[in-house]
Amino acid sequence: MSKDNIIAFLVEDKPGVLFNISNMFRRRGFNINSISVGNAEDTGISRMTITIDAEGRSLNQVVEQLDKMVDVIEVKRLDKLRTVIRELMLVKLRTIDPMAREEALGYINSNHGLILDIEPESIIAEVTGEPEKLDNFLEQVKSIGIVEMSRTGITALEKGQLKLKRSELNG
Amino acid sequence: MVEMNGSQALWESLMKEGAKNVFGLPGGSVIPLCDEMLKQDIRFILARHEQGAAHMADGYARASGEVGVCLATSGPGATNLITGIASANIDSSPVVALCGQVARELIGTDAFQEVDIIGVSASVTKYNIQTRSAAEIPYAVKTAFQIANTGRKGAVLIDLPKDVTTEIMDVKFPENIVFRGYHPVYQPDRREIEWAATLLARADKPVIIAGGGIISSGASQELVSLSEYLMAPTAITLMGKGAFPADHPLSLGLCGMHGTCAANTMVSEADVLLIIGARLTDRTTGSVKTFAPNAKIIHIDIDRSEIDKNIDTVTRVIGDAKISLQKILHHLSILRSSTATNDVWRKKCQELREVNGVSKTNGDYLKAPEVVKTLRKALARDSIVTTEVGQCQMWAALHYDAYLPRTFLTSGGLGTMGWGFPAAIGAKAAKPNVTVVDIAGDGSFGMTENNLATSVKEDLPVIVMILNNNMLGMVAQWQRLFFGHRYSAVELKKTPDFVKLAQAYGAEGVRVESYQELEAAIRRAIKSEIATVIDVPIDPEENVLPIVPPGMGLKDALMEA
Ligand SMILES: Cc1ncc(C[n+]2csc(CCOP(=O)(O)OP(=O)(O)O)c2C)c(N)n1
Repeated sequence: MSKDNIIAFLVEDKPGVLFNISNMFRRRGFNINSISVGNAEDTGISRMTITIDAEGRSLNQVVEQLDKMVDVIEVKRLDKLRTVIRELMLVKLRTIDPMAREEALGYINSNHGLILDIEPESIIAEVTGEPEKLDNFLEQVKSIGIVEMSRTGITALEKGQLKLKRSELNG
Repeated sequence: MVEMNGSQALWESLMKEGAKNVFGLPGGSVIPLCDEMLKQDIRFILARHEQGAAHMADGYARASGEVGVCLATSGPGATNLITGIASANIDSSPVVALCGQVARELIGTDAFQEVDIIGVSASVTKYNIQTRSAAEIPYAVKTAFQIANTGRKGAVLIDLPKDVTTEIMDVKFPENIVFRGYHPVYQPDRREIEWAATLLARADKPVIIAGGGIISSGASQELVSLSEYLMAPTAITLMGKGAFPADHPLSLGLCGMHGTCAANTMVSEADVLLIIGARLTDRTTGSVKTFAPNAKIIHIDIDRSEIDKNIDTVTRVIGDAKISLQKILHHLSILRSSTATNDVWRKKCQELREVNGVSKTNGDYLKAPEVVKTLRKALARDSIVTTEVGQCQMWAALHYDAYLPRTFLTSGGLGTMGWGFPAAIGAKAAKPNVTVVDIAGDGSFGMTENNLATSVKEDLPVIVMILNNNMLGMVAQWQRLFFGHRYSAVELKKTPDFVKLAQAYGAEGVRVESYQELEAAIRRAIKSEIATVIDVPIDPEENVLPIVPPGMGLKDALMEA
């Protein structure tokens, strides 16, 4: 992840847009590592965040090809030093053994995680943070036993005055 | 707000956009549209295959500079359009395709003749839209025309569910649509202009490569002015043919895989290379490693994503070609650079223009380059030529002198066999008083020859000149040159007889055996009120030269074979 570049963009929230974007990535052979989508501050606009293992000409092409799409409103490569980055992960851990459960709770707490579900055989934890933090957490709990997990891919906002949407946007 | 059905809304919207012709072929899902059309002042040109309809719309657009419109029914009709849409889109030709669709409630059920044409066409259109109510139709049409015909032009598809075309609603016609995410840039940045002008002013061996962007923006005049101001020899890409007059002393002709010796040599030796409105594909650059190795490259394009895509540039200008060239010229005059006078460089241009590729030939067949030159002599300056694909296309590109923009139309990006003939019919619909000739190969013509019916029945007489080598010639040439002369799947075995074929459609058909007969046949065909097919037997083994072998650089062209 740390090598990956982050691109955030605003798109029209209408049917087919997500298809068109992923279709363009596929067609041009861009290899996207993570993608997350949700509402942006204005109604009718979604915000997407992708991470991509590309540099130089091909990174530039990703930005330009996105920018060229009619339903893409704004595109920006985010500077990691001036950006807040978060990812959310749900992990189900195997905790039949009371010792394992104790250990798991310890790691969850030290990572400021939340416990969302406790069953006799397993617990579900939620951990949020930069992707590296989630990677570390997974490393810690690996020996306990991961039943399943789901990561959202990163979402990100620039700090301070920086903003994706140019204010003079018409429409 | 006016109450009307979706079909009426469609035709009224099209007419507001200035559409005069629609090329197409109907089916179940567009019967209501066709019925409503009877009341409208619009010409429907019935194709005999939807691929032909799309190429006609494309040819119409390229000849006229206006949007071409084609129509097909849902399912197979719509998929038959796809080759035509893709060919138009990759060559930045403004085409709007109207497709029928099954009724809204049937979408997604695999109903009869349902194809997800929005999904299918996504990669080969600039944009596509499915209308979900009659009231959306005027917005969809306005959007389609606006997007197709602005910025880097292209193809837009509208998917029209059948019940939307019969639904009656209050309908409004928008004047203009504002897009949040689509803002083509026409005005170039001042600093980019200044930097480009400065580099050009300092150039000792400048060369210009002009692409289709010159034609699309109507910048030929500015191009000539700039070439003359800089005394810069000027090459064209295939799409740029007609952008710069072939008889101009600074004209180098085609650059690239089948480029002239003059163009490829001068481009390779340039110290500053100005590229305008061209995508720089592998067919233009040859091996990118050895492309213009000594040149500082300046690239002007309206599509920012083309800059640095294939070739690294020193500076860029993003904007409309015409405006950009005007501003560069203006800035050059401020710089007061003494107009360049590198006589050695210009002399070299003159000398190289005399060097031609030479093919071995057998027997006393007519020679393809001479056939093309004979055609040129018989035609007026403003006559329009379209081409099929293969050797015929490259002979046309090398040996047919085009003087004016929009007079040489060819499928460049896709190289679609079967494009030239229907495109010629479309061009004739746009310019009824101009002679239109398709320079064809026998293989290509076979792909869309059924449009002879359209040409004859719709009174759109064009001329088809077949360079008949009885071969899928270009493939055969590669097999001769790069595959040890082993022919595989290329022999056409003298079928069909094109003279009889033409006659079967009610067109004229003639076979010629000498240049005199050819010239006479062309002159008759120009005067004829019916389509004419001129069959010109040529040597099956004739090569089109020069050719840069695949993977090699522009300077490695074979001149004889
Ligand atoms: C639709 C399509 N199918 C296949 C090809 C591959 N192809 C390129 S040139 C060529 C031969 C064309 O033969 P013909 O039209 O007779 O022209 P010639 O090269 O003989 O002048 C072929 C098969 C193509 N360009 N387009």
